[in-house]
Amino acid sequence: MSKTAATSPPSTVSPPVSIPAIFGVFLQIGATSFGGGVVAYLRSALVTKKKWLTDTEFLELMSLSNTLPGLNATNMAILAGQRLRGTTGATVAMIGMCLPALILMTAAGFAYGAEGSRPLVTAMLRGVAAAATGLIAATWYQIGKKTVKGFYEAFFILAAILGINYFKLSVPVVLLSVGALSIFAFRPRKPGDHRKEEHAWIRSLQ
Amino acid sequence: MDQIPAIARVFAYLSLLTIGGGMAAFPEMKVLVIDTHRWLTYPQLIHIYSVGQMSPGPNMMMVATIGERVAGIPGALVAAFAFFVPTGILTLCVGGLWKRLEQWPWRASIQKGLGPVAIGLAVAGLITFGRTAVTGWVTVAVALLVFAATMRTRLNPALLILGGALVGAVALR
Repeated sequence: MSKTAATSPPSTVSPPVSIPAIFGVFLQIGATSFGGGVVAYLRSALVTKKKWLTDTEFLELMSLSNTLPGLNATNMAILAGQRLRGTTGATVAMIGMCLPALILMTAAGFAYGAEGSRPLVTAMLRGVAAAATGLIAATWYQIGKKTVKGFYEAFFILAAILGINYFKLSVPVVLLSVGALSIFAFRPRKPGDHRKEEHAWIRSLQ
Repeated sequence: MDQIPAIARVFAYLSLLTIGGGMAAFPEMKVLVIDTHRWLTYPQLIHIYSVGQMSPGPNMMMVATIGERVAGIPGALVAAFAFFVPTGILTLCVGGLWKRLEQWPWRASIQKGLGPVAIGLAVAGLITFGRTAVTGWVTVAVALLVFAATMRTRLNPALLILGGALVGAVALR
């Protein structure tokens, strides 16, 4: 638990949030956030309703969550749980977030095995796949529009797409090569104002 | 059952590629699940991935559905554990460290640099996905309608996907 003391900001004068309360909130989000957009649910619960995190803290955690491998839903559960009650908090937040989906998607496996090859079910699933394509395209179009501010952003987006779909490189190869070049292109220049810039960027993604 | 170690390896590896979200790992998932291990056919993978988009919580819990198809409930549990726990531990470790790197100038560079790459990988995954999911005028129409509805309205995406299922039931049989 000493990690909590080191990472939590001095603003937490209120008594620490209880472990069952953390589990309860994340279980509720894990069970109700149908259709994605988990970040919006998290913000409303953690910042607006419970006031466990400030808006700035939430954005800090979001920026880190986006940089690390793993989904936002689970990375944010871990980072927020850790901020609130250390490793135990992170563990129960993660379990709460994942448990409902784990049960549902395992059941989906059974259902798919039993019914998935019926013509009606296949037809419905083809419709679902087409709708999912439109949904994912819209999500990334919106993120892309907010991220592209100049030549380099557009260039590295295109480089990653061409690397996978035209040059048929594997994902780790593109991630390491294009990722390294892109980080170098955005290397530190003016010391001092990177914190402000970073926040403006994260805010623009919300 | 003899597939369990392979399930653990494949999904732990795929989880490391999910920078910015699950779609980034899709092209690699296709290669491993379809070509290397032959656990599913390509249309089956597309179906399961799409249904996963409706799930509450992490939308990549569809790995449990794949695990269940390959090796029953143990397969589902191993797939979910392999996909979520190793990256979770990484996040936990970096979460403690990152705060201390606040003044490190490269911190912002890493975040700004990986942003466009994450978008590019997601779009690349979506192109791989869409080539099979969107064929013929009905699926093109459904994808375009859902795209427009997501951009212009605040409808719950799960409802839009259910709408896609209805259209499929009527027009794609």
